[in-house]
Amino acid sequence: MNSLYITALKTIWIKECTRFLRIWVQTLVPPAITMTLYFIIFGSLIGQRIGTMDGFTYMEFIVPGLIMMSIITNSYSNVSSSFFSAKFQRNIEELLVSPVPTWVILLGFIGGGVARASLIGIIVTIVSLFFVDVNIHSFTVIVITLLLTSTLFATAGLINGVFAKTFDDISVVPTFILTPLTYLGGVFYSLTLLPEFWQSVSALNPIVYMVNGFRFGFLGASDISFTTALSLLIVFNAIVFFVAYRLVDKGVGIRT
Amino acid sequence: MNALQISGLQKTYPGGVKAVKGIDLCVEQGDFFALLGPNGAGKSTTIGVICSLVNKSAGSVSVFDYDFEKEPEKAKQCIGLVPQEFNFNQFETLEQIVVNQAGYYGVPRGIAKERAEKYLKQLELWEKRSARARELSGGMKRRLMIARALMHEPKMLILDEPTAGVDIEVRRSMWSFLQKINEQGITIILTTHYLEEAEMLCRNIAIIDKGVIVENTSMKALLATLNIETFVFDIEDNASSIVIDGFETRALDNHTIEVDVPKVEGLNPVFEALSQQDAKVMSMRNKANRLEELFVRLVESSKKESAGE
Repeated sequence: MNSLYITALKTIWIKECTRFLRIWVQTLVPPAITMTLYFIIFGSLIGQRIGTMDGFTYMEFIVPGLIMMSIITNSYSNVSSSFFSAKFQRNIEELLVSPVPTWVILLGFIGGGVARASLIGIIVTIVSLFFVDVNIHSFTVIVITLLLTSTLFATAGLINGVFAKTFDDISVVPTFILTPLTYLGGVFYSLTLLPEFWQSVSALNPIVYMVNGFRFGFLGASDISFTTALSLLIVFNAIVFFVAYRLVDKGVGIRT
Repeated sequence: MNALQISGLQKTYPGGVKAVKGIDLCVEQGDFFALLGPNGAGKSTTIGVICSLVNKSAGSVSVFDYDFEKEPEKAKQCIGLVPQEFNFNQFETLEQIVVNQAGYYGVPRGIAKERAEKYLKQLELWEKRSARARELSGGMKRRLMIARALMHEPKMLILDEPTAGVDIEVRRSMWSFLQKINEQGITIILTTHYLEEAEMLCRNIAIIDKGVIVENTSMKALLATLNIETFVFDIEDNASSIVIDGFETRALDNHTIEVDVPKVEGLNPVFEALSQQDAKVMSMRNKANRLEELFVRLVESSKKESAGE
């Protein structure tokens, strides 16, 4: 790869990481606190009365889902707010006037979202260790699912940032789409508990595949096969990246 | 070699507003070029197209023989832009802003840090390198944008109203800095509403109005076309009774007169007439900057032409 591209990509990525680390109280602390509360309330207090789920304690069962929930939320919101803020303050123009190609701009922003999501994934995992001994069935599966999921939602966040005209616009999708899909994505329950009809409806929820893929990496058990989850993640990533590339390359929302 | 070559440039915004209606423009390498025009004339749109911030509707732009369509990366490497509006991240430090900008042009971080020190020092911002951009005064923010635009050492610098809203001391230090870098070989294109600035700094000029170029010549040639200048005389007393034969004279009050002086006549006959009438001249000044008079005339005639269309 051309050295300009490597330097530019590194610069955008470092800038993105510096941004979320500079405001760590807003970006890193809240997920740690929220997840601690989930572990205490759902895991320790209510979980003890629930008993086992798919052969694991309730706490063991929800840990991968809760980590994945943090990864999804943070990768999305990192890029949507950073890209929109660059549009709002007009510093996106610094990139538009420079010789950086569109795909490098995308990778830089997405890389920032993936970095934040990974860091939060590690923080939440560390928090979970205070409540339960975390099993690891396959580290490779965990890493692949984490990277593909955070890349997917970081890219989706960028598309949100492209279309957003106000700060409200970047909170609409997380509030009204991502959160419900995540809660209904099998974070807190096994899909096998649902009636057949609702199991079929859940199959339409893409987050189900990510949560289950991730859970497979930790527990070695899942409602859905990892191959299916992996294939869908790759297809979704290709689609959203193509859409994001077209939008930014055409200058939608950033060039007049 | 031409630093900038624009042919048949057009821009129609969504909604049908035609901001640029077929501009042809050529700026030579090493020039200090003024692009002037009233608000809404199409200056910033033209600059936006040159710098890839605005998608053009038709025409072509090339920079140092690199066509934007064919070799956009090489063309962009040649340009440094100082935009009209502040467009940096207000929460980043000055050093972060300029070092990152260099990175977008492929300048390795080590070299970028050396250049940051060089340009921030030259623009008297080095002491503020760790301050957040939002903490700077307006003049400092303008200088920061100049430093940022120079970080990849472009061959051409485009400044869109760089001295808007800055005090005269800062403005003068920016003028001398721009003159210095122009002498070092950087081509400069300047848009400004301070016509004194354009007259003092620029060698060539284009005046744009309603999306078309109404004048494109050298500053000297343009100023030579000004055959009448208006002077304002502050007179101690009885200014309203003064008559100067052969000169158009207007009394503004009992202490001030305006006199239109044809270049061929000079000021001597005016002073003679004033002495003969025992008028004590306390002070004298140009009513307007010379370029300003020409600018107003050209824009007025362009308005009349379009009204007659």
